[in-house]
Amino acid sequence: MATATVLGAESPDRWRYLNNILNRKGPYTDEAFTPGDEPKAFLADAKILVIGAGGLGCEILKNLALSGFKDIHVIDMDTIDISNLNRQFLFREADVGKSKAEVAAAFVMKRVRGVTITPFNCAIQDKDDEYYKQFKIVVCGLDSVEARRWMNATLINLVDDETLIPLIDGGTEGFKGQARVILPTISSCYECSLDMHTPRAAVPLCTLASIPRQPAHCIEWASVIQWPKEKGDLKLDTDDPEHITWLFTKALERAKEFNIPGVTYSMTQGVVKNIIPAIASTNAIVAASCCNEALKIATTAAPYLDNYMMYTGNESIYTYTFTHEKKENCPVCGNLPQNLEVNPEWTLEGLMERLQERPETTLRKPSLRTSSKSLYLQAPKQLEEQTRPNLEKKLKELMETGDELSISDPGMPFNLRFIITMSE
Amino acid sequence: MLKIWSMKQQQQAASAASGKKKVTAAQLRVQKDLGELSLPPTMKTHFPDPDDILNFTLTIEPDEGMYKGGSFNFDFTINQNFPHDPPKVLCKQKIYHPNIDLEGKVCLNILREDWKPVLNLNAVIVGLQYLFLEPNASDPLNKEAAEDLKNNRETFKRNVRTSMAGGYVKTTSYDRVMK
Ligand SMILES: [Zn+2]
Repeated sequence: MATATVLGAESPDRWRYLNNILNRKGPYTDEAFTPGDEPKAFLADAKILVIGAGGLGCEILKNLALSGFKDIHVIDMDTIDISNLNRQFLFREADVGKSKAEVAAAFVMKRVRGVTITPFNCAIQDKDDEYYKQFKIVVCGLDSVEARRWMNATLINLVDDETLIPLIDGGTEGFKGQARVILPTISSCYECSLDMHTPRAAVPLCTLASIPRQPAHCIEWASVIQWPKEKGDLKLDTDDPEHITWLFTKALERAKEFNIPGVTYSMTQGVVKNIIPAIASTNAIVAASCCNEALKIATTAAPYLDNYMMYTGNESIYTYTFTHEKKENCPVCGNLPQNLEVNPEWTLEGLMERLQERPETTLRKPSLRTSSKSLYLQAPKQLEEQTRPNLEKKLKELMETGDELSISDPGMPFNLRFIITMSE
Repeated sequence: MLKIWSMKQQQQAASAASGKKKVTAAQLRVQKDLGELSLPPTMKTHFPDPDDILNFTLTIEPDEGMYKGGSFNFDFTINQNFPHDPPKVLCKQKIYHPNIDLEGKVCLNILREDWKPVLNLNAVIVGLQYLFLEPNASDPLNKEAAEDLKNNRETFKRNVRTSMAGGYVKTTSYDRVMK
């Protein structure tokens, strides 16, 4: 098989240890595992996507390339900052200001022969479903909840008879981290576990306003209370050094007043930008775990993570692996959007009647929206009045083919979702 | 990969469709929360743009307590991280209240330190309503008002009435909020 020989092409010994795993069965390999060319070919041919080329992303790209993946894409919209250099080891001082995705891709391609890494210096939202569909696996190394939710929802919405793309998600926070495997619609998704994440520990506003105890309280006071008070509608730009200096000065005055030592410029920057300390080795541990899962899923050479591994390094060290249960009423994976053909001449009310007749739906008081339009919302009262005129309107005035229709109902734990196709 | 494909075949997932303009997870959740909102007659919402459900105003008109007869407007701003992030709530008028400062910021635990994604918009609205029934001197954002409430409840009550009529309390003038 042509693809299998690619692995051995450079030097017969280069992939010897990886081949040891792929050339024979082990005590834990899956029944479906056929040693030899099949897993090797899959590894060589499978397109894998890495989201993020930062602390985790650098590690993930390096690991995947060294694990035998040959066709890797990477998306990151950020540019390299001098403060990244301590852990984002694919970057050098001369790279400051350049695209993370592009520099990381070039570096790993130079270092690992035979791998192709295609970088994209853009937001994940800039890519469409067709783009994401080409991948066998997606590995996420992000620090943003919003981006993760978007990626999670996108891969879940792609599920159909031919497509099921596992999402391997890594995250770190100081000495803590986690790696998880999400099999869209089969195992629990990012949204299923949203309740588990404690949003960052916030200090009560009144503490900030009346009895600050820590330097961070003084900084938060400056940004949350003093900024809007003195600057009015001017939006705080946490990347603007002048704004940070203003906050730093205010925080320092406040700290003096309450006898609190320790307010610095860099601490001000850290607090207002909500920078979570990133530790190089935690990134390495979590990224390594994510990439081993990618290798195992791609080759079935060993059982993969089911489905959540927590790494707790801040109180001595503790790791815990458990199956996070799928949430039955998960708004994202609990039910998937279905196709719905509608006649553009129907009124919205007519559509609602037809939906209520469908046996699989038990709608009592449905509210309907698309991503950009409130079609008809039954509550609160003022919104009902504002949207009532839409009931008489024809569907062609309200939506178009490709729109997602979301239907909520007090009798249902989650929203029903449909993708509209207009046809006469 | 083989194993996952076989699992997939066992699962009789109806095939999902994908659209061009997707509803975001935050929108899905806000739509659901709005449907579950049970507003008493003392509260009403206003959506400047009914198509944008992430931004609206809530008006509270207490029918009991020290703030009875007033009409208080709060701006709700919900971001795409909802319900991971709480909604941002700001009082639009300058009012005399121990837990609301002169810029309209509200000290309510579930809007900040005690927010959890399982909480919904209804919980926030109930919390706001409660602030007008039971202003709380131990969580001061308006220190002067909190001191007044602590020291002399009758003086505080009088100050509330004066401020609601658009008058001065000490050197601060307040917005008229009588309905
Ligand atoms: Zn889910």
